[in-house]
Amino acid sequence: MKTEAKILLGLGTFFGLMCAVYWNWSLENAGGVMMFCGMLLCFIPGSYYWWWSRHMKPRTEDDPNATQAEGAGFIATFPGTSIWPFTLGMGAFFVVLALVFGIWFLVPGLFLVVWALFGGTAEGRRGGQH
Amino acid sequence: MTDLLDPPVQLPPADEVVHGHDHDEHHGPTGILKWLTPTDHKIIGLSYTVTSVIMLIIGGIFAEIIRAQLATPNGTLVSLAQYNELFTMHGSVMIYLFAGPFAFGALANIMVPIQIGAPDMAYPRLNALSYWLYLTGAITMLSGFFTAGGAANFGWVAYAPLSNSVNTPGTGADLWIGGLLLTGFSAIFTGVNLCATIFYLRAPGMTMFRMPIFTWNMLVTAILILLAFPVLTAGLIMLYCDRHFGTHIFSVQGGGVPVLWQHIFWFWGHPEVYILALPFFGMATEILAVFSRKPVFGYKGMVFATLTIAALSLGVWAHHMFTTGVVLLPFFSIMSLLIAVPTGIKIFNWIGTMWRGEIWFSTAMLMAIGFVVTFLIGGLTGIYLASPPLDFFTHDTYFVVAHFHSVVMALVLAAMGGLYYWGPKITGYMLNERIGKLQFWFLFIGTQVFTFPQYALGLDGMPRRIAVYPHDPQWKWLNDWSTFGAILIGISTIFFIVNVAVSWKKYPAGDNPWDAQTLEWFTTSPPPHHNFYRLPPIRSERPTWDYNHPEHRSVAHGAEHAVVHESEPAS
Amino acid sequence: MQTPALPPQGATVRARRWRRVRRFVALPLAALALSGCTLPSFGAYPGATSGSKSVFHLWQWFSVGAVVIGGFVCLLILYAVLRYRRKGDNIPKQSQYHIPLELTYTIVPILIVFGLFAATLVVENKETSNPPTKVTINVNAFQWGWKFTYPGTNAFVYGQTTQEPEMVMPVGENVHFNLTSSDVLHGFYVKAFNFSRYALPGVRNEFTFYAENTGTYFGQCTQLCGLYHALMWFRVKVVTQSQYAAWLKTFNNPADEAAAKAAAKTTYEQTSAIVPAKGSTTKFGR
Repeated sequence: MKTEAKILLGLGTFFGLMCAVYWNWSLENAGGVMMFCGMLLCFIPGSYYWWWSRHMKPRTEDDPNATQAEGAGFIATFPGTSIWPFTLGMGAFFVVLALVFGIWFLVPGLFLVVWALFGGTAEGRRGGQH
Repeated sequence: MTDLLDPPVQLPPADEVVHGHDHDEHHGPTGILKWLTPTDHKIIGLSYTVTSVIMLIIGGIFAEIIRAQLATPNGTLVSLAQYNELFTMHGSVMIYLFAGPFAFGALANIMVPIQIGAPDMAYPRLNALSYWLYLTGAITMLSGFFTAGGAANFGWVAYAPLSNSVNTPGTGADLWIGGLLLTGFSAIFTGVNLCATIFYLRAPGMTMFRMPIFTWNMLVTAILILLAFPVLTAGLIMLYCDRHFGTHIFSVQGGGVPVLWQHIFWFWGHPEVYILALPFFGMATEILAVFSRKPVFGYKGMVFATLTIAALSLGVWAHHMFTTGVVLLPFFSIMSLLIAVPTGIKIFNWIGTMWRGEIWFSTAMLMAIGFVVTFLIGGLTGIYLASPPLDFFTHDTYFVVAHFHSVVMALVLAAMGGLYYWGPKITGYMLNERIGKLQFWFLFIGTQVFTFPQYALGLDGMPRRIAVYPHDPQWKWLNDWSTFGAILIGISTIFFIVNVAVSWKKYPAGDNPWDAQTLEWFTTSPPPHHNFYRLPPIRSERPTWDYNHPEHRSVAHGAEHAVVHESEPAS
Repeated sequence: MQTPALPPQGATVRARRWRRVRRFVALPLAALALSGCTLPSFGAYPGATSGSKSVFHLWQWFSVGAVVIGGFVCLLILYAVLRYRRKGDNIPKQSQYHIPLELTYTIVPILIVFGLFAATLVVENKETSNPPTKVTINVNAFQWGWKFTYPGTNAFVYGQTTQEPEMVMPVGENVHFNLTSSDVLHGFYVKAFNFSRYALPGVRNEFTFYAENTGTYFGQCTQLCGLYHALMWFRVKVVTQSQYAAWLKTFNNPADEAAAKAAAKTTYEQTSAIVPAKGSTTKFGR
């Protein structure tokens, strides 16, 4: 996990330096804020990974000499087919159409969104189909 | 003597390789449900591929109408209002609805998990949601054509105050904004998925510096997506509020700042073009290595260059705003000039990959070489634009149009290369090489014939986004040449469609028709459910090559110590 | 039996190739030197102002660099593609890196970039400088035409779309321009001046031209501004200083005075919130 942390921390440091130079030189606030937030976006996960890489159990994908047999076994749950992404997508579609055509589109939109959130969460707890 | 590699894993029972269930027993849904409820990244990726190629064709049709309008200095094929809609939607469809989704939704979605030995993306249902948001976003944006006021007509960049409700009333603009909100979230969720997959689901032995260059580029693309797209989404929401909730963020009358829109838009917009470019850089890198029968030259340099491009890309946005008069010219000029350096490193590494190789001119390789040449030309003209005095007289002329079309057509060449290269792996069938080569020549020559006259037109003063040019009838000649190039490009697309139809399920591909190098070529074509029946040992960035050609294997990254111990007597 | 002649090996081949390369390179370089250092225009124009001529020279030097670098890289690609075609089924040497080479093509481009930047700065500082001038012209872009007023005089020029309002300015002296917009973004572009600048509402963009050649030059809007964007034309007529003075005098009758006063009420003079767009090294208004 060290490499991943270094990538993010490196990018964040670069953005921070760039932000310092740019904001002080131009005194232009929009760019300064956006670069600063970009720096934060890299530092937050990057520092977590840095801390975590020192405390985690070594992973087979970080071990250059790992064998495939070492990595066998359960990896994660990969739910098979699911209708909930489609439902949530249609809900989001109607919510956005509400922005364009009128607030009444929120009725089907929010209904589908909430239904998908409940259904998808329940499916996730069940482990999903295969 | 102990081998550097573990003995190749013999065919174990399927349930021991990845996880606890039997691949052979997987029966997915069929028919419409297969496409409505998938979570398998390969099926979702195929949906993305089909949809984005349809968007490419739609955008291309708009382009041909634009070229037809410009065939005469006082063309009357379309009205001034319709012309504004045409170039707006041409740019919007091509950038928002084709290039991005094809790069990270289609090919990356399918190939990245297989390249790193993962069974699927980290969040399969989120992956599916990304596709539905993309499709509905595309439908939303394009449905502007069916409204009374027509589709959005303020350019794909929607500068304020032109895009506010006073200057562009009408639903088409709101549908454009809505469509972008949906596709923006689609991209963000794909970015999350790619990062998580690459960080957490690599196979044993696949350290970060053994990932294929395509996967590296997709990781950096994903990080850029997460950095940039939320900015666009925020800006679009602000624009919507200005249009409908009476805010004055971008209008002078209420104390707002119109140029703020440009800062927000281009802070997203410049990383966006690298989000579009990096996946295709990665594709070309893989193709060049495989068809030169050599490893990627300067692997670590490539990774470093990609990260540098990403880092710099957040600091160059205002080179699109040099002529506003309100940006810090020297800062953006030096940063924009510097971004040529890592791009140059990549180009030299591509040449180094081919150097002293055994080059096989398959269609994919021709496309990749065509990409390198075209991108070189487009990139060099970009260097002019990084210099404010030179930008002052080329900005908003056809010189800029030619520059970005050079670069984008290079990406299209690489995209076609990716389809020819990975098509057999994804579908299990080869595409016809003769038709492919015909497609390549029409596309490559068409691209140069299309763009070169436009450089001349821009330098001669032809502005962009104009439907007529009655003061300069002499421009007709150059415009016609450019249109001829566009027609060649259109014909090349027809060749591609013909090729897909003619080769449909005709030439079965084996596991590794190209004798390629990276992990995806170890599995079957198409890969099984959860991608692998068995995995080779991973000791370098070319696990399949090492397995097939142990006498020509790569210097194992991270295992150099083992090499040293090899020559010592066993302790 | 005669020993068959071996094909030329190693050093001979390399020397021969190098001689060939030298011949290909020497000819164009000689042509360049003999032309007396008059570079080709590479598609651009010197234009009518002192600024446009500096920009043109910068363009030419950038183009020399682009042609040299682009040509060199294209030749490398062409050579690789022709020379290293697959001849059999053998697997070539699997070279993966060459640190000195990679460092070279990292550092050399950085140096080139700094050179380009230095040249850019020189011309940029000249283009964005605003020395004191005797003549000032206020340009107001609007949907879909141009209004030119001359503060301190009664002159004004106004026209919409195809009326092509013709602005008059004197040759041989610095003329200061204040540019703004009444509504949306417009682009003030004069090809003969190698220059364009956005007209932004609420912002006063200032720039200076020193015209060196008289003549009438075409200008148009280059930033999409709505329906008649393609028709937002204007002209710039550069005349001698005495002709300019005479032209100003033609506005000295009461009807014109009133009209000029009305025309002078441009948006930016009414709105106190207008901020000047300063140069790149000073604070920005917002």
